[in-house]
Amino acid sequence: MNRLRWRKIVNAVMAAVTGLCALTAVAPLLFVLGLLAVKGASSINWSFLTQLPKPTGEIGGGMANAIVGSGQLLLLAAVFGVPLGVAGGIYLSEFGGWGVPFVVRYAADLLVSVPSIVIGIFAYAVVVIRMGHFSAIAGGFALGVMLLPIVVTNTEQFLRTVPVWLREGSLALGAGHWKTTISVVVPAAMQGILTGILLALARVAGETAPLLFTAFNNDYWARGFGQPVSSLPVRIYEYALSPYDDYHRQAWAAALLLLGLVLLVNVLSRLVLARRMAARRIA
Amino acid sequence: MSEAVVARAKVTENLNPEKPQEAARELEPKRAQAEVKIKARNVNFFYGAKQVLQEISADIRERKITALIGPSGCGKTTFLRTINRMYETVKHARAEGELLLDNESIFDLALPHLRRRVGMVFQKPNPFPKSIFDNVAYGPRVHGLANGARLAELVEQSLRGSALWDEVKDSLHKSAFSLSGGQQQRLSIARALAIDPEVLLLDEPCSALDPISTAKIEELLFSIESRCTLVIVTHNMAQAARVADFTGFFLTGKLLEFNDTKTIFTNPSRKETEDYITGRFG
Repeated sequence: MNRLRWRKIVNAVMAAVTGLCALTAVAPLLFVLGLLAVKGASSINWSFLTQLPKPTGEIGGGMANAIVGSGQLLLLAAVFGVPLGVAGGIYLSEFGGWGVPFVVRYAADLLVSVPSIVIGIFAYAVVVIRMGHFSAIAGGFALGVMLLPIVVTNTEQFLRTVPVWLREGSLALGAGHWKTTISVVVPAAMQGILTGILLALARVAGETAPLLFTAFNNDYWARGFGQPVSSLPVRIYEYALSPYDDYHRQAWAAALLLLGLVLLVNVLSRLVLARRMAARRIA
Repeated sequence: MSEAVVARAKVTENLNPEKPQEAARELEPKRAQAEVKIKARNVNFFYGAKQVLQEISADIRERKITALIGPSGCGKTTFLRTINRMYETVKHARAEGELLLDNESIFDLALPHLRRRVGMVFQKPNPFPKSIFDNVAYGPRVHGLANGARLAELVEQSLRGSALWDEVKDSLHKSAFSLSGGQQQRLSIARALAIDPEVLLLDEPCSALDPISTAKIEELLFSIESRCTLVIVTHNMAQAARVADFTGFFLTGKLLEFNDTKTIFTNPSRKETEDYITGRFG
């Protein structure tokens, strides 16, 4: 009896301690979210979403060009990073033998951990210097390079979950390796691959450093992809460092908007993934 | 359990010496009629250094059902996967010996050609993540056999051939995953039949199915026997006895006994075969 009571006490104490640790671990996230909501929500309004920035010192204006600019940059990043990344993932999963895939996988792992500012410098050297000026293309290229290893790794992993018996079903009908990959294996993993791409885009959407000397910034609408373009992270960076209260207010709003969008994409993708995994377990 | 009992009953019944001879006489003309479709002579199979099949020799008859039985890991599935060279997907797997399809070595045939002639149905139903129609049309499209109206006709024929047409004719464009397990397996058979194979290999096609679906598949086997040579691997002794004209008994990588099903089940020449069939092991 006594012993049983002791065990119950230990149980309760340990549950409390581990629970507290878990809470501490997510506290920063909750804190950031809460602070953003408090400081930013009041500043998100119609003009914030639809107007161009006002000249320094004037009150009002918005970030319409940065919102669209971020969209443009992500689109370019997808154009640069996704086809190459998916193709690379297909190669690693379906065609790689031993040597080359090992090197590619290792390089992808390294590329993920390269500081994003270094990738910015790389894009500066490769694109900006050659073009002679900052541009959306350069920014998109930098984000695309960041995207690439994530997409390669994701694609490979989702393709590897496609069961052998599905591939064999196609091979047994006399289809070749490539035909089997394209018409059976990739479609079977498609949902996962697409979700992985969305998660990767959400991951690079908040990057500031690679954009500082590639896409740069723009107070107006960028005409075409060849011009410098504004983006939410760079705009937040710039406004947060400025001495003006109205800029600070708008930086909070932009941060809330960015985090909200990223969170939305993230949660939705993960829900889709979870449903897919559950469906597989039943089947 | 009941299978073993039935088999044992049959064996006891046949301790009476006249019956097996009678049975043999009955089967004699049947065996003579059927041409040899697949001829195996001293087939050996290796995974790396490990030998999995030893000196397999057998004649598989045209438009007959041949069952391969034996305990798990005895090599029957490996032998099946040798016939359409499916083993080549596995690294360090190697087959040697003589294996002829209509007197041509299967090792000399181009893979797409071989697999067009020798189809396969797997243990687990494996529909592709496509519509029912596209699943069946997959093979004909790969081999460029038909398109347009002719393809639709071929798909219908194949689905009728696997007794699935009436159940799916109104939902051809639904995902194949919407079908039940038994229907999915019949879809796999329809998909294999769509390229009109000469031989169909079935690797425990009913092991994941309930008895009613199993009965449907067995019926199906009888109906396609007239156009196709069937080789079926099964763990279910009663199934082998029900459907097969010929039966081969594998044990530890050897084909211990190969004969007409009646002889195997009633008057096996090897002690091991009798022990396995009567449920003493395996």
